[in-house]
Amino acid sequence: MTHQVLKVENLSKRYQLGELGTGNLSWDLERWVAKLRGKQDPFLKIEDAHGFATKYRNDIIWSLNEVNFDIYQGDIVGIIGKNGAGKSTLLKILSKVTSPTNGKISGMGRVASLLEVGTGFHPELTGRENIFLNGAILGMRNKEIKMKFDEIVDFSGIEKYIDTPVKRYSSGMYVRLAFAVAAHLDCEILIIDEVLSVGDIEFQKKCLGKLGTVNKEQGKTILFVSHNMNSIRILCNKGLILEKGQLTYFGDVQNAIQKYTSSIFLQNSSKSYQSFLSNECSYLRIQNIVINNQQSGIICLAGGNNSLDFILEGSLLIEKNMSFEFILYDKDLVPLLFYSPGHYEGRVKKYPSGVFSIFENIELPNNINRGEYTASFYLTEPDVKYHIKYDFAVTINIDGYPTKTGQVFDYNNGKGFLFLP
Amino acid sequence: MQDNFEWSIENKSSSLSAKLKEVWMHRDLLWLLVKKDFITFYKQTLLGPLWYFIQPLFTMFIFMFIFGKIGGFKTDGIPRSIFYMSGIILWNYFADCVTKTSTVFKDNSDLFGKVYFPRIILPISIVISNLVKFSIQFIFLIIITSYYIIFQKEQVGANYFIILFPLLIILMAILGLSIGLIISAMTTKYRDLSFLITFGVQILMFTTTVAYPLSSVDKSIQWIVELNPMTAVIETFRYGFLGKATFQWSNLIYSFSFSVIMLSIGVFVFNKVERNFIDTI
Repeated sequence: MTHQVLKVENLSKRYQLGELGTGNLSWDLERWVAKLRGKQDPFLKIEDAHGFATKYRNDIIWSLNEVNFDIYQGDIVGIIGKNGAGKSTLLKILSKVTSPTNGKISGMGRVASLLEVGTGFHPELTGRENIFLNGAILGMRNKEIKMKFDEIVDFSGIEKYIDTPVKRYSSGMYVRLAFAVAAHLDCEILIIDEVLSVGDIEFQKKCLGKLGTVNKEQGKTILFVSHNMNSIRILCNKGLILEKGQLTYFGDVQNAIQKYTSSIFLQNSSKSYQSFLSNECSYLRIQNIVINNQQSGIICLAGGNNSLDFILEGSLLIEKNMSFEFILYDKDLVPLLFYSPGHYEGRVKKYPSGVFSIFENIELPNNINRGEYTASFYLTEPDVKYHIKYDFAVTINIDGYPTKTGQVFDYNNGKGFLFLP
Repeated sequence: MQDNFEWSIENKSSSLSAKLKEVWMHRDLLWLLVKKDFITFYKQTLLGPLWYFIQPLFTMFIFMFIFGKIGGFKTDGIPRSIFYMSGIILWNYFADCVTKTSTVFKDNSDLFGKVYFPRIILPISIVISNLVKFSIQFIFLIIITSYYIIFQKEQVGANYFIILFPLLIILMAILGLSIGLIISAMTTKYRDLSFLITFGVQILMFTTTVAYPLSSVDKSIQWIVELNPMTAVIETFRYGFLGKATFQWSNLIYSFSFSVIMLSIGVFVFNKVERNFIDTI
């Protein structure tokens, strides 16, 4: 008998863009004094100069809007959606990190959330000490951890280094240990946010397998967020699509993936970049995006010339290090190619506050087989943070490499991504 | 069927008793956090726990020089070193609790943004970890005092009022915790407030009897010093432990009521802020 373990009713979460205060007492005082003397607000100037303060001040964003769904015991639900669609907000509310503006969640059993691997790990403590501390932070009692200690160490595969401070661990070992703790949490509902994107492939498989067995043997319910449609397909039996804070689909996982990927391609064809310029970031605005002299969401590359010219124009409120990143995906959103001069050449430029424009030329290999691809691009400070993310924002149709025989091979026909000379 | 759910999440705070129950459920976490603080402290520093002695000792020498030699302040007939040392370690405990609790949201925003546990656990763990440091310093004080009694034949020593000692510690802990909680709630809105804390704590120190006894304060301004709730704590401690100070039940009762009121305010605002602070920080 499966019973309902989670009921989400009219769940909404509101965020206020454009702060009410400046977040700084002396600035607020200064602003107040200026107001008393009938002068202009000293902290509006910079923003107004670029014309977006008025537009974004006091804007209200519904990160989640009237979301309803029921989850039954034993379900593994994949939560799908672009960045900013409300996935993280949903998980944060479910794991009680933040509270909803409206609505109600009712549930049965203990909820354990793993929003980030290794939360609360302390570098100075040994692996053993961290297992206990991390377990306790995630809600386990001491004696529960003791009981599962050997199992955890065994799963992580780092018995040898268990009494070494984790600051000496490689990042792979770190992730292994952290995931091992989380996978052994004694709970009925497990919430996982893209943790599998780290660690080597072997371990990723092991994690997915572990989640599967935990679900089958112990009947745990799992909520899983990932951008990787493959992991979702393997692991989940249900899919939930969020779009701009609203639930657009909840049901069979295959349908969900199908619906999501096709919606991305559909959306790109019908929009111009202006529609997503307002991507939220407190210190950065993008005013113009031009790719290959076009402003539409679909780029066609033909004649064996797979060159992309990006122009991004916008303004910064504060000085930032910025670099460009680009990822090409196939129709199933499997990443195929990564471009990041910030990593590859260490090319990171410091931009002063004010207007900036970024030119980036990407030479994709000319021998890419024909197909419909999509791409994400980001402005980032490599390894520090992402300033602005455009996920699957552009559809790229590649006409393929014209061979001497006149034949053109197709990616979706199983001929692979590249046609080697 | 619909009513079978065990818990719910809504836009309102849970009751105080539910909160207390939750804290009790997480008592292992509390203990582990205290242990972590202690381990990391002596692993990260060169001299480790020796700092626990060096810091108050240096402050003591500075006080002996400035207030004793230059200022010529009286010390109620208690040897200068023990007099200052007792004030310093009590004040340090209180001040550490305030400053560390007040930055709890900022210092742990990463953790708070990822996992839920009753947030109040962290401030409580800070107050308890500081107690470890305080105990070590207190033992140090006992050693110095014994030296004066045995070798210098000083007429100081504990009396029955020493049984108030546990109460004094609880008082200090509550005071430090609640003031820290209130400031921590305010710093989520105004970040620059945190710069004022160290400054404010320092000023507060001079309005209580760390560097001078209550008896030496001019009668007309004595009430200002007595207004500081730490005054009664320090004076009672010196009276019970060293036998010489101004002890008044009324002052102690004042401090006690003050801390209970502050604690209610502190828990209330902390509770209000903790639910949504992650959206604003």
